[in-house]
Amino acid sequence: MSEQELRSHVGPYFGEFGGRFVPESLIAALDQLEATYNFAKTDPEFALQLAELHRTYTGRPSIITEVPKFASHAGDVRIFLKREDLNHTGSHKINNVIGQALLTKRMGKTRVIAETGAGQHGVATATAAALFGLECVVYMGKVDTERQALNVARMRLLGAEVIPVTTGTATLKDAINEALRDWVANVDDTHYLLGTVAGPHPFPTMVRDFHSVIGNEARQQMLDEFGFLPDVVAACIGGGSNAIGIFHAFLDDPSVRLLGFEAAGDGIDTPRHAATLSLGRPGVLHGARSYMLQDEDGQTQDSHSISAGLDYPGVGPEHSWLKDLGRAEYRGISDDEAMQALRLLSRTEGIIPAIETAHALAGALKLGKELPAGSSILINLSGRGDKDMETAARYFDLLDAKG
Amino acid sequence: MSENTSPTANRLKANRDAGRGSLVGYFPAGYPTIQGAIDAAVTMCENGVDVLEVGVPYSDPVMDGPVIQEATQTALEAGFRLKDVFTTVREITKVVDTPVLVMTYWNPVLQYGVERFAADLAAAGGAGLITPDLIPDEAKEWLEASEKYNLDRVFLATPTSSDERLKRASELSRGFVYSVSTMGITGAREEVDKLARGVVAGVRRVAPEQNTCVGIGISTADQVDEVNDYSDGAIVGSAFVKAFQHGGLEELKAKVQELSAKINHS
Ligand SMILES: Cc1ncc(COP(=O)(O)O)c(C=O)c1O
Repeated sequence: MSEQELRSHVGPYFGEFGGRFVPESLIAALDQLEATYNFAKTDPEFALQLAELHRTYTGRPSIITEVPKFASHAGDVRIFLKREDLNHTGSHKINNVIGQALLTKRMGKTRVIAETGAGQHGVATATAAALFGLECVVYMGKVDTERQALNVARMRLLGAEVIPVTTGTATLKDAINEALRDWVANVDDTHYLLGTVAGPHPFPTMVRDFHSVIGNEARQQMLDEFGFLPDVVAACIGGGSNAIGIFHAFLDDPSVRLLGFEAAGDGIDTPRHAATLSLGRPGVLHGARSYMLQDEDGQTQDSHSISAGLDYPGVGPEHSWLKDLGRAEYRGISDDEAMQALRLLSRTEGIIPAIETAHALAGALKLGKELPAGSSILINLSGRGDKDMETAARYFDLLDAKG
Repeated sequence: MSENTSPTANRLKANRDAGRGSLVGYFPAGYPTIQGAIDAAVTMCENGVDVLEVGVPYSDPVMDGPVIQEATQTALEAGFRLKDVFTTVREITKVVDTPVLVMTYWNPVLQYGVERFAADLAAAGGAGLITPDLIPDEAKEWLEASEKYNLDRVFLATPTSSDERLKRASELSRGFVYSVSTMGITGAREEVDKLARGVVAGVRRVAPEQNTCVGIGISTADQVDEVNDYSDGAIVGSAFVKAFQHGGLEELKAKVQELSAKINHS
């Protein structure tokens, strides 16, 4: 495979993965989105608008923080964090949302809908809707509205309608189903602002492009500030957007290993996990062919994770492709490993990460011990942990007993 | 050509030639049990349904409204397995000569193996597949398998489909093209009807020889009658499932008779 070949790849297909496995009713909207996006990509005005919003609203570029005390628990390595937690609304999700909100305006649509798991994508979407004057409806699994209640309040405060989804497993997968049903019925005035690199073409390519700013900045920052590229780039994987965002700039740097950490829930050898790439097999879910968790009959299997944002039985098609090519590696991290890493980063460095992100941190702690002395790991710190305080308080018994 | 070898197309044409309309009826396999669904389907065929659609219960049915979602979820919870759809089709076609199409989301077929699914469906006496989340662009394997086993393939046409896409869906469909209203269950009936008329007119324009039936959340005899004025058949699903939920086989039978009454007497 020649240099540049991986970075320049676009959908609809990533090898045998991707495509558009959706009802015909949505094809016109996907075609319109693709045409609008393709035009915007070549329009200097769009690039300027996006860059200006990132500078004055999102807070980009995000900084890089080296975390030596945390790294001392990971063998003899240096660890660097790309601080997407410092973005407005507290995670990487805003990068994609601002891009798609601009496209929504260009398409003349007045209403956006979104799915959300952890609530971070929902909050980012509600934020952009407020900024751009769009009507906003967010679908969120009932289970997730409970474990991420703070984010439900944030979305409602921002003026969005949050609809708890009770069908199926009442988590992220079912929120996507509900959003797709809404979209089929309201496609005229509504854009589905999908929050990760899954779904039908052009979403995997477009969402990746909007997040590639993470890796583009980080690669240059590593060279400028430290004078080298990291040996490993690591990220957590739900649908895969923060991971592809930081991986993309490094795809054609053969010296850089790419590691994605999935949620292994109770453990990679138990039935309760969300380790799609490690334990799934290819199939069609939510409009794309990709690895997924399913039974023999092709029924989607329930996923399990303490982290709402990783609790998803599918994954973006580009990750499936990178896995089969051997360009990226994917491993599972259990609930407990993630929670221990969350506490460790908080105590050693004064940074409280999201539980999703903590999976990448835990992965780095284990990986560091396998690497040669002096190796460096760049981690995408995809989000901050405020939303997870209830879960953490319960997990670590942090609150005084009531009454 | 291939139209003549499709029992579904033949049935629609025979009704049209006889000056009457057609009723296409949906019922999910495995609901409330394997045998219960077989009995319900046979009842439908014996009381006025001209073409039967057997639905495959699926974990993520993005095209289905609450009534069918609830029924298929019940079927899955009761232990429905994919192979049961072949038993269901076999038992129905043993008793009635109504063409039986299977309506399925794509992943179950993909996991079973597209060619193997086609072979087993043909062996069970099934007429073909309706594939709500498989567009012609992604259907290469299914086009080959359906050719090989002489099966119907029903693709969707919608009010937002371009002429080029309508043409492709119409040319590649066998049996009939499924004309849907993207507005689904919402929107005034008059408006929905206008959309459906537009889709059918589009199909007629690009493929005058092709049959097309309309599914738009049809639930009354008047709607069935009206849709048959400008298309080759009316597709009814939720209304039948709802009737069954309410009053079992008796109410289902009554609903089928009610909805087919007007088109039978033309
Ligand atoms: C902070 C954070 N990281 C990661 C994720 C997982 O999504 P993705 O894999 O698309 O980055 C989420 C999703 O909610 C999140 O909130």
